[in-house]
Parts: sequence; C-alpha cells; structure tokens
Amino acid sequence: MIGTSPTRTDGMAKVTGRALYVDDLRFEGLLHGKTVRSTVARGRLRGITYRPGVPWSEFVVVTAQDVPGVNTVTLIESDQPYLAEREIRHVAEPVVLLAHPDNGLVEKAARLVELDVEELAPVFTLDQSRAAAARGEAQYGDDNVFKRFRIARGDAAAALARADVVVEGTYETGAQEQLYIEPQGVVAIASPEGVTVWGSLQCPYYVHKALAPLLGLPPEKVRVIQAVTGGGFGGKEEYPNVIAGHAALLSWKAGGRPVKLVYDRLEDMWATTKRHPARTTIRSGFTRDGRLLGLHIEIEMDGGAYVTLTPVVLSRGTLHAGGAYRCDDVTIESRALLTNSPPYGAFRGFGAPQTIFAIETHLEQAARRLGIDPVLLRRKNFLRAGDVLPFGQRLTEDPGLERLLDDALAALGPKPAGPSGEGARIGRGVSTFFHGSGFTGSGEVKLASVAALELLEDGRVRVLAASTDIGQGTTTVFAQIVADRLGLALEDVEVAQPDTHFVPDSGPTVASRTAMVVGGLLAGCAADLESAVGAGDRRGFRQAARAHHAAGGKTRFERRYEPPPGVRWDDDTYTGDAYAAYAWSAHAVEVAIDPLTLQAEVRDFVAAQEVGRVLHPTLAAGQIEGGVAQGIGWALYEDVVLENGVMKNHQLTNYILPTAAEAIPIRVLFHEQPYAHGPGGAKGIGELPMDGPAPAIGAAIADALGVVVTRIPFLPERLLASLDAAERADAAR
Amino acid sequence: MRLEFEVNGVATSVETHPAQRLLDVLREECRLTGTKEGCGEGECGACTVLIDDLPVMSCLVPACQAAGRRLTTIEGLGAPDGALHPMQAAFAREGAAQCGICTPGMILAAVAWARDRGSAADAGEALAGNLCRCTGYTRIFAAVAAALDASGNADRGAAR
Repeated sequence: MIGTSPTRTDGMAKVTGRALYVDDLRFEGLLHGKTVRSTVARGRLRGITYRPGVPWSEFVVVTAQDVPGVNTVTLIESDQPYLAEREIRHVAEPVVLLAHPDNGLVEKAARLVELDVEELAPVFTLDQSRAAAARGEAQYGDDNVFKRFRIARGDAAAALARADVVVEGTYETGAQEQLYIEPQGVVAIASPEGVTVWGSLQCPYYVHKALAPLLGLPPEKVRVIQAVTGGGFGGKEEYPNVIAGHAALLSWKAGGRPVKLVYDRLEDMWATTKRHPARTTIRSGFTRDGRLLGLHIEIEMDGGAYVTLTPVVLSRGTLHAGGAYRCDDVTIESRALLTNSPPYGAFRGFGAPQTIFAIETHLEQAARRLGIDPVLLRRKNFLRAGDVLPFGQRLTEDPGLERLLDDALAALGPKPAGPSGEGARIGRGVSTFFHGSGFTGSGEVKLASVAALELLEDGRVRVLAASTDIGQGTTTVFAQIVADRLGLALEDVEVAQPDTHFVPDSGPTVASRTAMVVGGLLAGCAADLESAVGAGDRRGFRQAARAHHAAGGKTRFERRYEPPPGVRWDDDTYTGDAYAAYAWSAHAVEVAIDPLTLQAEVRDFVAAQEVGRVLHPTLAAGQIEGGVAQGIGWALYEDVVLENGVMKNHQLTNYILPTAAEAIPIRVLFHEQPYAHGPGGAKGIGELPMDGPAPAIGAAIADALGVVVTRIPFLPERLLASLDAAERADAAR
Repeated sequence: MRLEFEVNGVATSVETHPAQRLLDVLREECRLTGTKEGCGEGECGACTVLIDDLPVMSCLVPACQAAGRRLTTIEGLGAPDGALHPMQAAFAREGAAQCGICTPGMILAAVAWARDRGSAADAGEALAGNLCRCTGYTRIFAAVAAALDASGNADRGAAR
C-alpha cells in the first residue's frame, strides 16, 4: 500500500464538480458580508460616515465597538486588531464590516462608507523603518524590530581574516502572492449560544483558538469545519483567523443569521498575506582552492505592520541560511522589521527560500571570484555525515548530496554547444539545499499534537485528525498509512472531515509536517489498534474488529507527539536539533534567454530529492512539480509592485503567474532513504521544492549572460541593468 | 428577462437580468456549483463552460448570450449512467487534480481542445487560459495525453 499510487480519495468528487467548497454551501437566510478597509497607510481614525444611497437600516454594521470579547487576532503576540479602533497601520486594514442579503447592495454600501483618518508618516522599507526608529518614531517597541536571532559557531571573523579570498554580496527577494485559485472565504453562524464556522482553511484549531477570545465564548462553544479547500500554500494558515472572526462578528450582530464572507480576487491580493520580502548580506572566506572557511550572514525581513507569524518565518529563514555546506566558523544575525504594509505571512518555504536564494547565489559569485566551476565549488563543500550545522546539530546520516547532484545533472544531459537555433542564449545552473521537516526547534514538543483512530462497527476504521487536505493529498496518504499497517484496503479507512467538534488537535497543516508527524501518530494509533484487535489479513482483521466492537472493546486509539529519541532543542541559546529530520535536494535547470527581449524561460528542469520513503509516488511528484512551478514563478515572473505599502498590481491581469503555455514537464527523481522515525520511513516534502528553483535559474542565467543577478524576479529590465553595470565595470577596469 | 437554454441536456428556463454573469446564473439559479469563480476577470479560467462545444469564461459572458444555446458544465460531462468522461477519468488517475478548484474548468477546456485539435497547437496553448497553482501543469499534460490515447481522438460529440 505504501509506495503505491492509488487514485486520490477525493479525486472523483473533484473531477465531477461534486466537491463542495465554501462558496458552494447553501444556507437559509444568508447575509453577504463585506469589509471596509483603510486607504491610508498610517494614521488615527477620527470618525466614520455612512453616506446616503442605500437603506442603511437594513444593514448589519460592525465596528471595533461591537466586539463582544477581545479585539485582537490570536497568534504569537496577538497585536493585530480584528477591526482598527483608533490606530491605522496599513492600507487595507479592516475598519468596518457590513452585511446584507443582497450581495450587490453590500458592495455599493461599502463604497459609501467614509473613513476620516488623520494621516501620520508611514515607513515602507527596511531602511525607512530603521531610520524612523532612530528618530524615536518607532511603532513597535523602541526599534521597530519584531524579532531578532543570532547564531555564532566558531569564530567567523578570524576565519574571514585568514581566508585567501573574501567574497561579499547582498541578495534581495520580493514579496510573492500565494495565489491559491480559490480566494479566502468563510461562512459563520455566531451568537452567545456558540459559533460555527465553515471555511477554506489550513488550520481549524488556529481559528478555534482565535474565535473563543474574540467572542468571549468558552472553547466548547466554538466549532470550526474545513470545507474542501482550493489551495493554501501558507496563505490559508493564519489569515483565516481574521476572515472567520469578521464573519462571526457580523453574524453575532445579526442575531445568529449566517454570514458569508468570500473575497473577490482583487481584495484577496490587495489585503491578505504574502511572502516576506528579504535582504541578505553575506561575507564568506575561502581558501584559494575553494574550501569554505567562514561565513558572516545578515538577514533582514520585512514583517509588515503587525507581528503575526513573522518571528517563526524569520527563525526558519535563519536556520536554513548557511545552506547545504560545511562551515565551522559561522555567524548569522537576523532581524524582522515593522513596515506599514499589510502583514506578511506564511508561504510555502516559510523564510527558507529567501535565505537559500542568498547563499546559493553567493556561491555563484564566489565561484567566479575563485575561478572554480560553481558546481565543483558546491561539491567541495557539501555537508556530510558527522558535520555540524551552524546551530549545533550534528548530521548522523550522510545527506547524499553528491548523488542527488550527479543524478540531476545526468538527467539534464550534455549542454548544447552554442546558442539555440533561434539565437537564444542557453545557460545551465544548479542549486543544492535542504529543508527541515516539521515545526522549528521545540515547536513540535510544544504543540503536542494528537491524532486518533476510531474503530467502526463494521470493522472499518476512521481517521480523526485536524490536518487538512488543501490539495496535497492528506486524506489519501493518511488512509494509506493506516490501511498499510492494518492490512486493509484503502476504502476500509475513512478520513473524517476536519471538524473541531469531532477531531483532536493534530496541529496546523504547515511546515512539511503532516505526513511525517501526524502520519507518524496515525501509524502509532494503528499499531495500538492492531494489538488490541489482533493482526490478520484484510478479512481476518475486519472480522476480529467487528467482534471486538460488538464485545464492547476499546474503539478509540489516540497518540500524542513525542520527539524521536535524542532530538533536543534549547530555545534560550537557540542551539540544538532544529528539526528532527531534513529533506535534501538538487535542482538542475536549463534556461534560454531571448537575445532581443532578455526574457528568460525554463527549457528543462530536473528536481532530485531525498525525502525518506515516498508514500505515494504520484502525489509526491505532484508536490515537487507544483512547488517547482511556484519557484519558477517567483524567479521569473511574479513581481509584487508596492505602492503606499500595498500591492499595486493586485489582479491576475498584471501579476503574472506561470501558465500552461510556457510550462515544461518537470522531471522528478527520488532517492529513497527510509527515515527511522517517519511513518513507513517518510520525511516532509511540501516546502522543499520551493527552495531551489530561484537560485538554480539565477545560476543558469549567470551561465548564459556572464553576470550574477542578485535580485528576483529576473525580469528582462533587471537583467539588462545587470549587463549594463557589468559592462560599465569592465570599461572602468 | 426570461432566459431559455439547454444545460447538460436539460431544457432550462430562468428569470434573470440580461447582463447577469452566466457564472452566477449557473451557480445560483441552476445550482450547478461545479463551475468555480477564481478571479472574475477572465484571467484564471476556473469558470470555463462550453457553449455549443466552445469553451468560454462564464464570468465574462452576459446571461443573455446563452439564450437558445447548448451549455455543458462539469456536471454534464459524464455519461447519463454516471460513467466518467475519459478526460475526467484521466485527471483523477494521473493526479492532475490537487486542490481541485481549477479542475472543472481545466477539464472542459481540455475536452474542447480534444474535440477540435486545430484550435491550438498543443495542450499548453490550449490550456493557457486556465491557471493551476498546484500542479505546475506536468500531471495535467499527462492526463490530457492519456485521455487522448484512451479515446483514440474519437471524442467528438461523446460528452453529452
């Protein structure tokens, strides 16, 4: 069962249109909600005017004054209000909520609400944020710094001082929109009797935890149900807390009538979270023959206007910043700063793609300075068994990077000589990297996730977990893991819809943790169930299970997360085993650059990876292919243009995604090295493929054009500017 | 206005504004929610349906243009006995549907191209108006190729 590719369990519903997404659910007496947002980046709210033009008495209107409980979104610091009361910190900040049975009328009414805001000076860049804090005008703490980390292993300064060659560079990555094709949406029914929310979301218990204080309800009166969800990629990790709270506030004020809030694409792109923009400066020291001696890395991320999840995004970025290379003298310093942009948030990779782009692009520059082939420079410095990561984690097993890189390059084949028939300039590039599976540091221990199996009367088994299927195939893989252990057929295992009334908190569906961590809990539950009922073949098990059920035996088998033996992390010193397991990968890419337009396009892409045992080859390859495509988009096309701190090109007409027209089949190779503590030997997979494409494409562009471009997306005008700068530098020499 | 058309082989009559989006008529009046809204501006293709076998983005089509026409939505693609259309079967089997929100529109666009291969040079061009954020299109191409093989290209008119 494990290692085979049965048709996904939700496949039939999805290809026939029967799968019900939140906007497809029907409710009697439904009201349509709408959010009125600030158009000012920073200021003080003085008043709200409801101009004539709609029958206002028919509307439900909610402002901060109507919040029955606490007006802050529950996350790490809970500093973000559901509705601005006095202080406005970013354009698109929610201020007023409206609801009405007529969807068209509520749109009209929203345009008639006038916010009177006294404007204050905003900060839109990292430099402006730091300068404002230096003037004593910090908006967060006394320095606008949401979070900082420092890793120091060995003596980086001394290593740089004794190096033959020191290389320095700064690498910038822009924001990126998750662009799930189904926009954010929820329906809520809320009253003092309780609240129920149906939503497009990744983390039912995040929403559960947020709604209780907002409404002043005890947890048992809060119920969150995941509808079929049309993609998330991190965008539906924390934002649903906000939209669910808004719908609940409207329903509460409306006396418990159901309220639907579904964003249109423009609002979704304008107002919701995106990948954190980042700037990383690296100084490295090498011996003349290319051995890496020392690394000094400084990372800055733009957090936006509220803390939200920024500290953990920064942490993952910091822990991945050293790359897949051995270096015993490393200093890494990182900070995330406030700006008056909508809060940046979770997006596949969660800080790591930004810093991996930096270290990989830095190696391209270093290789050119050293006169060493960039592929060879990587090989000389690969992490191996026994090496220690900058935060003190010793690798007990060899990551096998050599083999991954060999296979990726072999699949790509020999490089064509000279330009292509159309005169395009051809370049080849690679990236090599790792991604930690599961929550960072002590995260999994603190989460203490629970999953359960329920034995049904007919001898089948039901999975109880809050982990959501957002397209990646959670329900299929969970059923596979349990069926495999119990010798059952896939259809003998049903996976309960994530509904907080019935499923335990198996933690959020994030961080490449679901198959490995929650799947691991379920494998444990299945083992317990098997010992209670007795092992056998499929018929034997089901017979024994029916008898066990009829005899009143135990029917619920639950497991709580325990870290694998020997895995320890120290939050105070920020050292230890940051992740229980790592997935490893090498990407190899060929690009063609149009000599006239400088538009780069990907002609071939090979992704080789070691993710432990592959549970479902088709779904796993789908994860890699989709992640790579998002990485190609981030590298070549997806440019979030900010104006007044907020996305200016917030529509699909001018935010360019990869389409089928330029898509090439992505080639996926797995090396399977079963992981001792994963279900069936599996590790995490979901985020890994996001890390490699941007630096590999950058390396290929450098190969084609002879210049290393240090900022993505690699738009033609940026390539032109880099070529011009290189020419000027040559002329001046 | 009173709007009459055929959808999935069923004669249908609804009362609607002539400029109402066909997408809304299908979802709200006909309760055919398999047709999805992804962007509302004709860029993502999630709302693709067939009018007389031609793919259109129903978020851009005023309802009055459907008058007297023959519409196919994802709900009407399979055989009356419930058997899947070869394109649906291939999408399920090949893992071409992940989150599934683009899937109905993607399948209808692929079916339209399978019936009229001259309408685009290849599957990439045929599906360029249908965005998928999950798959990177690799498995969608595989599914389309498999469906073409399965039906021996003799798909014309089979999908009613």
